[in-house]
Amino acid sequence: MSLSIQFRSICKDFGAVRVLHDVGFSLGKGRVHGLLGENGAGKSTLMKILAGFEQPTSGELLVDGRPTRFEGSRQAEQAGIVLIHQEISLAEDLTIAQNIFLGREIRRAGFLDNKAMSRRASHWLAQVGLRIDPDTRVSQLIVAEKQLVEIAKALSKNARLLILDEPTATLTPGETRRLFGLIGQFREQGVTQIYISHKLDEVEQITDEVVVMRDGRYVTRAPTSGLSRQQMANLMVGRELEDLYPPKNPVPQDAPALLQVRNVTVPGWASDVSFEVRAGEILGFAGLVGAGRTELFEGLLGLRRREGGRIRLHDRDVRLRSPLDAARQGVTYLSEDRKGKGLILSFGMRQNLTLMALRRYARPFLRPFLEKQALAHAVEEFGIRTGDLENLASSLSGGNQQKLALAKVLHPGPGVVILDEPTRGVDVGAKRDIYFLIHRLACQGLAVIVVSSELMELIGLCHRVAVMRAGHLQATLQAGQLTEKELIAHATGTH
Amino acid sequence: MQPEHTDAIAGDAGPGAPESVTPHRAPARSWSARMQGLGPIAGLVLLCIAGTALNSSFADLSNIMNVLTRTSFIGIISVGMCFVIISGGIDLSVGSMVALIAGSMILIMNGLVAAVASPVWVIVLGMAFALTLGALLGLAHGVLITRGRIEPFIVTLGTLGIFRAVLTYLANGGAITLDNKLSDVYSPVYYGSLLGIPIPVWVFVAIALFGGLLLNRTTFGRYVQAIGSNEQVARYAAVNVDTTVTLTYVFLGVCVGIATVLYVPRLGSASPTTGLLWELEAIAAVIVGGTALKGGAGTITGTVVGAILLSVIGNILNLTSIISVYLNAAVQGAVIIVVAFLQRRRS
Repeated sequence: MSLSIQFRSICKDFGAVRVLHDVGFSLGKGRVHGLLGENGAGKSTLMKILAGFEQPTSGELLVDGRPTRFEGSRQAEQAGIVLIHQEISLAEDLTIAQNIFLGREIRRAGFLDNKAMSRRASHWLAQVGLRIDPDTRVSQLIVAEKQLVEIAKALSKNARLLILDEPTATLTPGETRRLFGLIGQFREQGVTQIYISHKLDEVEQITDEVVVMRDGRYVTRAPTSGLSRQQMANLMVGRELEDLYPPKNPVPQDAPALLQVRNVTVPGWASDVSFEVRAGEILGFAGLVGAGRTELFEGLLGLRRREGGRIRLHDRDVRLRSPLDAARQGVTYLSEDRKGKGLILSFGMRQNLTLMALRRYARPFLRPFLEKQALAHAVEEFGIRTGDLENLASSLSGGNQQKLALAKVLHPGPGVVILDEPTRGVDVGAKRDIYFLIHRLACQGLAVIVVSSELMELIGLCHRVAVMRAGHLQATLQAGQLTEKELIAHATGTH
Repeated sequence: MQPEHTDAIAGDAGPGAPESVTPHRAPARSWSARMQGLGPIAGLVLLCIAGTALNSSFADLSNIMNVLTRTSFIGIISVGMCFVIISGGIDLSVGSMVALIAGSMILIMNGLVAAVASPVWVIVLGMAFALTLGALLGLAHGVLITRGRIEPFIVTLGTLGIFRAVLTYLANGGAITLDNKLSDVYSPVYYGSLLGIPIPVWVFVAIALFGGLLLNRTTFGRYVQAIGSNEQVARYAAVNVDTTVTLTYVFLGVCVGIATVLYVPRLGSASPTTGLLWELEAIAAVIVGGTALKGGAGTITGTVVGAILLSVIGNILNLTSIISVYLNAAVQGAVIIVVAFLQRRRS
């Protein structure tokens, strides 16, 4: 019933960037394997290859000892390999049964056999311990129930290898316990499982063995029982930092607090958060997925509903109801979602660069010539590599798009800038450029906030790091206290 | 990113762009961008050549002026519609709005005849009323769409019915006719000309030039394009999305008011059939002119050419006997589909 997997020298390139380097290890039958690594370590890409969503550039995948190449997720599912994504991917307006059988409906005489599908769906729901009518619409379920439906769907596909990617990110402790019970049950049934999580306490609790990846490479494997959480964290990081990060200039003693936030609540995401940033300071925000960091700042900018609290800029109370208010007060925000909220890809670079400060170019009619000058200057200053200044933003590589997005939010000349995941999806070279740029901004006296899921980036770059967990600001760590262990401990509540 | 970009180039090339002409990336883009604008113009030129070949009186100055005058109403509305569509919206109510503004404008002017001595002043007040009413109706659309968070399609589908029904009610099912004392004074606004060019054409040209300037050389125009391309990015980039979107509907309302002011002296009355289906003609002109219905990008030049192209088709059918004039709408419909086919972008 169970599957064994072996990766042999797997390499994967996206364009010119190699994200997996010669990865080779095997996974034994019927065990629960924890897959550890920082963001960008290559875990997700490797799992997508295993589940048929991506194909390796070179190397081999062996399933039960036989070389296999999946051309799509359907083929992988036929072999019994099912990936349960971090984001739930169910059709909200369909029923549970319709979702479970989506794309492989049971038919009788050419028509859908709803009765048979409901009956079988009930069976799989019972397997995951969900007592609910299979004809219920998915939109009426809570997140944990949806997750169980996903698992039931996987089981109905006769899963012999289950990949769980951050399954507990949105679950309560009680729901998490229930999921762990299920994982244990599957182990007894002989299902091989791969468990990906940043929550090391969970990994310690539920897995038999851990495999560590770093920078797209396989690092090591070890039985879980022989490892402490600290050792796991060390294995995940273990990297030379040296010149990736600029030197940290101390914040002058007399630097004024530019932004002060007191007792702000963003309903459902962040409660009673207070912090301040001084001129010339880089303040980091760490936390797990779903800890409410992005939502906190979207709330501060008026993009989400906010309750209570005070926001002070330059020691004056301000009302921020929209990004427009914020920009007028000298606060700008770089979204973590570059394509959805950061750049207009179908616009030219020039129109993107000047969008936030367009009034400067209206006298009263826009002067494209002045905009072009500004773009030429920005391309120089931010090191944006492009063939032609008239190119569309979509023609730039990820790193250069990110530099353009940074240039855009800095174009109005803000005093406080909030950078959400400033190096997401960017290669190491561009990362370094962006780190040095952030350093330069701080040296110029800006107050910089960096929200990041990459702990090393926060440690390497920030003067202080605030750690959020489940909507609460858990701790603010000073430069001397900044270690990966400390941050993870606060972020996971295992301090 | 790379494949997406090449796709965009291929899509931009538009009708009849041979692929072999794009050896270098950057020049190809500007070349194809120019082609994009030239497509409708090329179509119009071909159509005019065909028209002249089929009937020599097509090229007569009087016929050309006649076509342009008839185009100017839809053309002026299309300029406003172009902004609404580029911002990602739609307005289905403009035809009904023409009827409502025309009817209530005539009622107001008839009422003022007794109170105000000079007929010229009555007409000026009537015009001011028409533009104000257009702006207010547009404002109502904008507020319902942005503050009320209702789809533009739904809001304007509703007002499409409301406006025409109110006019029908005011007209008691019949027609509202302009006072005789006024119609003589008012008629030059439609029938008069300046330097040999009819007044409505002058106004159309002025509105089109103003629209072009507004779209390409003001912050408002840039914001409209940004919102239509990606509303979230615009919102995050400190653009006042609600105000900008509302203003597109207000501008369209004013355009409808201007078109009505020019149209009223033509017949001197308003009835439940006034402006019937104008909304579809205006939308068609914008789409034929190369603006994507999903918003983001579009040009005023294209819109103007689109409006002229559609009425030239009707004119040629009138002048020739190859296809029955009853099939006018069918030919226009076919042109719209062909143009959309030629301009389709990446899937």
